[in-house]
Amino acid sequence: NLLCPGARCGANLCRLMSIRSVSVDLNNDASLLIDIPDALCERDKVKFTVHTKTTLSSFQKPEFSVPRQHEDFIWLHDTLVETEDYAGLIIPPAPPKPDFEGPREKMHKLGEGEATMTKEEYTKMKQELEAEYLAVFKKTVQVHEIFLQRLSSHPILNKDRNFQIFLEYDQDLSVRRKNAKEMFGGFFKNMVKSADEVLISGVKEVDDFFEQEKTFLLDYYSKIKDSTAKAEKMTRSHKNIADDYIRISSLMYQQKITRILIYTHIVVTMSFVSLQKVEGRVASDQELKLTELLRYYMRDIQAAKDLLYRRARALADYENSNKALDKARLKSKDIPQAEEHQQQCLQKFDKLSESGKKELTSFKGRRVVAFRKNLIEMAELEIKHAKVRSSIQLYYICFIMCTNELQYAWGICKILCEQI
Amino acid sequence: MAASSDRNPPPFPASEEPETGLCDMADGDSDEGEDIFVNNSTPVAVSRGVSQPDQVSEEPPDLFSEEEAISTAPTLSTTAKSNGVHSDDENDLFAEAHVELSADECGSSAHKDPSSSGPRPTSSFTQSPAARQPTSLEQLEEEEAKDSFDVDVSVTSPEKIGDGMNAYVAYKVSTRTSLNMFRSKTFFVRRRFSDFLGLYEKLSVKQSLHGCIVPPPPEKSVVGMTKVKVGMDDPSSVEFVERRRAALERYLQRVVSHPSLLQDPDVREFLEREDLPRAVNTQALSGAGFLKMINKASDAVNKMTIKMNESDTWFEDKFQEVENEEQQLRKLHAVVDSLVNHRKELCMNTAVFAKSMAMLGNSEDNTALSRALSQLAEVEDKMEQLHQEQAASDFFIFAELLADYIRMLGAVRGCFDQRMRAWQRWQEAQSTLQKKREAEAKLLWANKPDKLQQAKEEITEWEARVTQYERDFDRIGMTVRKEVLRFEKEKAKDFKSQIIKYLESMLQSEQRLIKFWEAFLPEAKAIA
Repeated sequence: NLLCPGARCGANLCRLMSIRSVSVDLNNDASLLIDIPDALCERDKVKFTVHTKTTLSSFQKPEFSVPRQHEDFIWLHDTLVETEDYAGLIIPPAPPKPDFEGPREKMHKLGEGEATMTKEEYTKMKQELEAEYLAVFKKTVQVHEIFLQRLSSHPILNKDRNFQIFLEYDQDLSVRRKNAKEMFGGFFKNMVKSADEVLISGVKEVDDFFEQEKTFLLDYYSKIKDSTAKAEKMTRSHKNIADDYIRISSLMYQQKITRILIYTHIVVTMSFVSLQKVEGRVASDQELKLTELLRYYMRDIQAAKDLLYRRARALADYENSNKALDKARLKSKDIPQAEEHQQQCLQKFDKLSESGKKELTSFKGRRVVAFRKNLIEMAELEIKHAKVRSSIQLYYICFIMCTNELQYAWGICKILCEQI
Repeated sequence: MAASSDRNPPPFPASEEPETGLCDMADGDSDEGEDIFVNNSTPVAVSRGVSQPDQVSEEPPDLFSEEEAISTAPTLSTTAKSNGVHSDDENDLFAEAHVELSADECGSSAHKDPSSSGPRPTSSFTQSPAARQPTSLEQLEEEEAKDSFDVDVSVTSPEKIGDGMNAYVAYKVSTRTSLNMFRSKTFFVRRRFSDFLGLYEKLSVKQSLHGCIVPPPPEKSVVGMTKVKVGMDDPSSVEFVERRRAALERYLQRVVSHPSLLQDPDVREFLEREDLPRAVNTQALSGAGFLKMINKASDAVNKMTIKMNESDTWFEDKFQEVENEEQQLRKLHAVVDSLVNHRKELCMNTAVFAKSMAMLGNSEDNTALSRALSQLAEVEDKMEQLHQEQAASDFFIFAELLADYIRMLGAVRGCFDQRMRAWQRWQEAQSTLQKKREAEAKLLWANKPDKLQQAKEEITEWEARVTQYERDFDRIGMTVRKEVLRFEKEKAKDFKSQIIKYLESMLQSEQRLIKFWEAFLPEAKAIA
């Protein structure tokens, strides 16, 4: 099996391609620090090592690690969503399932086409694919890490009992996961997903703030979803170009054997190899900064919409309870129950509105800060890459023009290539 | 940058701090880069004969002619030893390459002597091979180099003449020259595509018989032309016309830079004569027709029953090389085509993304962020423009270069085949002579004096023919050799200058890209 060679993702590598900036100000509170320093890919399943350092007495030890699978994260997310008490909070979006389908399919195609390409071309493309695979791997690790860090930095959610179990419980969580499924049966989740937009837009809003937020979030969500898709397409084009550069450079490398263009091709070959490396890097940086940012906030906005939905439901429930109370008064039957029910609904609604307002306001701030950081970093990277490409091109131009010395060509090109 | 006298390779960053070293160079160089390349692009664009539509560029006595003198110097082989950068692979490759280089230059003399079977021609060729020293070859090359700069042609101003299906495009062919054989120093004429094809037909009929490599013209395109006949304004027609104009210009430049072809009266007529009679029978020279012609020659060769016995393997080896190279260029061209398409896709995707970003910016309720997103959309729009230009560069500089040389290699194969046919003719004449001799012997036996006289006359006639054909064959062999060497040099020059042009266009793109993003950065930082 070409893929899943038992790859490990070291802490340093993770930090280098950090997308932690999609959500800033995480992991700052020393009382509870969480990270995923290591992960192992085994036969399609990724095992994350969740490492916690804490000063809180609610935990048994000050520092510990546990192995967790993706399904455990989903279990945690779902239990939080289905906890009534958290209905007024934006639950951090669940990390998406690790998706190695892209590189796997490409690797398959590569294997099939092996006979038609040269050894060099095959080796290079395989290296590229392995890099791509590693990138997917790193990304999934970070996305899972951010999920946990969002929880740990939330004043209410970080006290959740299930969260603590997730961090601490040193046995397999799969038994609990099964029990949870039986208890909730995914009932609430299914309910939430179906009537979503209609309910939110349908309910008459009494509060200006929420009216504005509703309009804004619904519109923004569709726009950001569109942008995410378009950004992904753009990044894919960059990757295709990088692949073409690989094929060009390996074809030109072949020409060395027949020695037709004498020295020029060597230099040109290397220039294409270098360009490809940088182009590939542009693709991956763009992917991280821009596309990942958009993707993350698309999911986050969905979580905010879910909050609005829950509040809209609570408002609907309150309105219904009012109607029921009126009916009870009319019939002079069960009035105290109806009154109590109405009070409960009102309380629930008020609580949701209050915490919802807080959550949405801080969400706004978070989003703006994250966008700022990412846009700056993206612009800086574009400039850096362009400068590197410029110097490659400038260097090769000078080189081709000024020298006939073959023996230097190869050596210099190799050195230059390694420096990228 | 004419530092060819100083042949030390440019300094490269020391390897201790790879990352930063390169960045330093990047920072320093990007300023220098701007001075040297961004503002003065013409001095560097020395691809011989490159002409802008309105200014015919002055060719500086440039690196290439100096380089040629240097490259033929036999001292080159000794420098192969003083290799600064060592590795088993590299050393072997370059030592060999050097030896081959010097062998090729001084080459003809070394190869000539033992070469062909049969009697040596008593020099029907002006320079006897043994007399050929490296120095005279060097002189020849310098003369060649100078010649090509004495005639400068450009093809410009495509204009649609007429309407409907009879419409055609007329191009302005301008010549600037210092040679006396032309009627004046600068002049121009109007020519249409079939005129170019007609020129090729005349030249190939005459010159390829001598083993000359006649540059092939661009291909006919019914689809392309039909679109143009309908209207010249849509982008694909514009691209088609531009592609054709550029290809015709390169074609003419190759023709006039060939010393023998330049002397051909048909070439002069093409450049000078106001009204050129219309070329007929250019059907044969459509893309498919051209290939058919080449392949017909190859077929004739393949059908030869007598296998040529080459005591000199140069021709066989070279032919094999040419065939291999053609294959590889075809493969490379296919990938570059794919690059062009992907770049165009990137264009489209970037434009679409920019629009989406603009919408997102409008939707954003934080003012500063909204502004930044709109600015990002504008930057992406500018990026689309850059990608568009880069795609054009990919195509016009790189892909067309490969396409040109794939066609040229076909022409090279053609002249090898001409040589084979010359050999065939010689062999056939020899066997006819043999038959005549046998017939004479028979007549001698049978004692028929009057018939004998006729037989003797015929023998003399055929002896003369055999000698003639042998001379022709040797001469064509020498011409082919010379032509191939010249072709290889030209090709190396061409590729070199085109690749430089390509890298330059990329470089200019990068500079602009940097400016766009640097302008955006403060907007991003202003978000609060």
